[in-house]
Amino acid sequence: MASGDVVRLRAAVALIGPFPALAGADLCVDRGEVVLLQGPNGAGKTTILRVCAGLVPVVSGEVVVLGHDLVANRRAVRRHVGLLHQVGGLYDDLTVADNVRFSVRAAGGDVNAVGPALARLGLEGRLASTAVGRLSAGQRRRAALAVFVARSPALWLLDEPHAGLDAEGRDLLDALIAEAVGVGATVVLASHELDRATALAHRTVTVSGGTVVTPPVGTPARPEAAAHVA
Amino acid sequence: MWRDAALVAGKDLRIEARSRVATNQVAPFAMLVLVLFAFALDPNRGALKQAAGGLYWVAVLFSALLAVQRSAGIEAGDRDQLRMSGLDPAGVFLGKAGAVAAQLLALEVLLALGVVVLYDARIASVALVVAACLLATVGLAAAGTLYATLSAGVKVRDTLLPLLLLPVAAPVLLAATEAWQAALAGHPGDGTEWLEILGAFAAVYVAFGVVGYGALMEEA
Amino acid sequence: MTVPRWVTRVLALGAVAFGAAAAIDGLWVMGPTAEQGDYSRLLVVHPPVATLAYVGFGITALASVLYLVPRTRRREWDLLAGASAEVGLVFCGLTLITGSIWGRPVWGVWWTWDARLTAEALLFALFLGYLALRRIPAAEHVRARRSAVAAIIATLDIPIDHYATSWWQTLHQGSSIDLLQPDKHLDTAHNVGLALGFVALTLAFAWLLVHRYRVEKLEARYEDEGLAAALADRQAEGRVEVPV
Repeated sequence: MASGDVVRLRAAVALIGPFPALAGADLCVDRGEVVLLQGPNGAGKTTILRVCAGLVPVVSGEVVVLGHDLVANRRAVRRHVGLLHQVGGLYDDLTVADNVRFSVRAAGGDVNAVGPALARLGLEGRLASTAVGRLSAGQRRRAALAVFVARSPALWLLDEPHAGLDAEGRDLLDALIAEAVGVGATVVLASHELDRATALAHRTVTVSGGTVVTPPVGTPARPEAAAHVA
Repeated sequence: MWRDAALVAGKDLRIEARSRVATNQVAPFAMLVLVLFAFALDPNRGALKQAAGGLYWVAVLFSALLAVQRSAGIEAGDRDQLRMSGLDPAGVFLGKAGAVAAQLLALEVLLALGVVVLYDARIASVALVVAACLLATVGLAAAGTLYATLSAGVKVRDTLLPLLLLPVAAPVLLAATEAWQAALAGHPGDGTEWLEILGAFAAVYVAFGVVGYGALMEEA
Repeated sequence: MTVPRWVTRVLALGAVAFGAAAAIDGLWVMGPTAEQGDYSRLLVVHPPVATLAYVGFGITALASVLYLVPRTRRREWDLLAGASAEVGLVFCGLTLITGSIWGRPVWGVWWTWDARLTAEALLFALFLGYLALRRIPAAEHVRARRSAVAAIIATLDIPIDHYATSWWQTLHQGSSIDLLQPDKHLDTAHNVGLALGFVALTLAFAWLLVHRYRVEKLEARYEDEGLAAALADRQAEGRVEVPV
């Protein structure tokens, strides 16, 4: 069983306004794991990712990410965590290169990592100096991933990362995740791309109704069992 | 904090350089306001010349509203990327307010030319005018950035921000106008006490921003 | 933080009693003054409501600070801030109206840019902005937090307003008599009237505040109870979907 040295949630209740997005969730993730969150829309997958990023306050329960107690202080952990949004995250008027450079410098990272990161994502040359607003959705997703690669956070939180990418892009993403794990990062992703994602993941966790409903120990994640929607 | 401020200011100014909102939209708007005043007031030039200081600052105030609105609008509605960036919130505040201030100052130079040309105003004391502009701009940029953030991400943002910011900015309008009128009339001595008010306003709001912007950014 | 019934009863009785006394003094006992004629009777009403408008804002600001500081954070402070702002707005409006009425016969205009009146007008605008912010379509904690910050920022502005408007007035109106300043040689009836007016209106303010606060509390409780139900629903939703 995971002991949760990277992520540990216990009975976490998170509110978005009056709505209990998380109604007592438990989750443990260890270093180097790739964990897949799956479940119907509105189940709370995005919320779990945002809670781990320190963006959503937790009103009761325990949340410890990378050793930081998020109930006490949500801000300290953000430097060490990367969150891929479903939409947005970049400045439309700036070029890809400018955006990545800004994010890296903001996080106090090494600017020299920007070039190789862009190359890795296939965004060099003309694309690097194109304004993000002019890119296609898939290219924008790649640009956001370039930020990840350049910043190299210890915990990757990915929300529907495959969405909007073509086949080549998806393969690339899978490779990036594998590389990240190779250097000791941990990945938690929420995805509806069950075939691809379950192949990537060490473990699959089902989220439903704001809580985590883990399949029984010993049962490999079976998409058709957990995706049964009322 | 200062490093982060420079980073954010640079980013905002670079965005402005690419999108040219201030040059293509705000500046023409400001000049348009000056022209409209000419229509609204006695075509007899005398009235315009007398009121030049006040009209100038009203134009600046309206432009500040737009500039600050734009500054907040650059960040996507929920400001997630700013919060996740690892930047010091005080630095973010100083950077954004600084970028707004820089744009406003450029605008003020343009408007000053406009007032001299269109209203036949004569600036007797340049030092007083410059001092008033600097202090007032810092105050407006700081207070404006705070309020723009408070009303960000809300659908009624465009109507809410003026209602929030203009009453608070009223003393700046008052003091800056008096300082300018003194400068235009050639009695700079009368104007210096108004600089105190402008300075106090700027100090208070910059201090508050540095201390409180972090709390403001949370719970978008 | 519930206010017991007997407190409001005492407040109401007190307000009525002192109000009656103030009215009697104001309407019958006080004679018209030389400068302002019968309008000096507004002395009983205007300075108190003007002061109470500021008190209202002060309470809002203080409650906002208490709400923002993590150690003292309680929802009640946010509710109090909102209630106080609404009552303060009413008193601010009364100030502007009574100030305007007072000015009309003396100066012949409905509005003079008297320093204090102008400052109160700005206060009115600050109130409106704050209350508008309280109504934005966003989550309750978002609204509460933003409103609290807005209240504090606006409060910082008030002393600056005062200096600015008073310097402005002396500059433009020279040595005009301050409309709202009572004449120096007031007889006892006027002084008593002023005092009674203060007490009566302060009690009325307190009474209104308590009632408005209670309404806010009820609304909050209604939302909270909705939350408990929502939590239960949410968890039930989870249970239904996972097959055995």
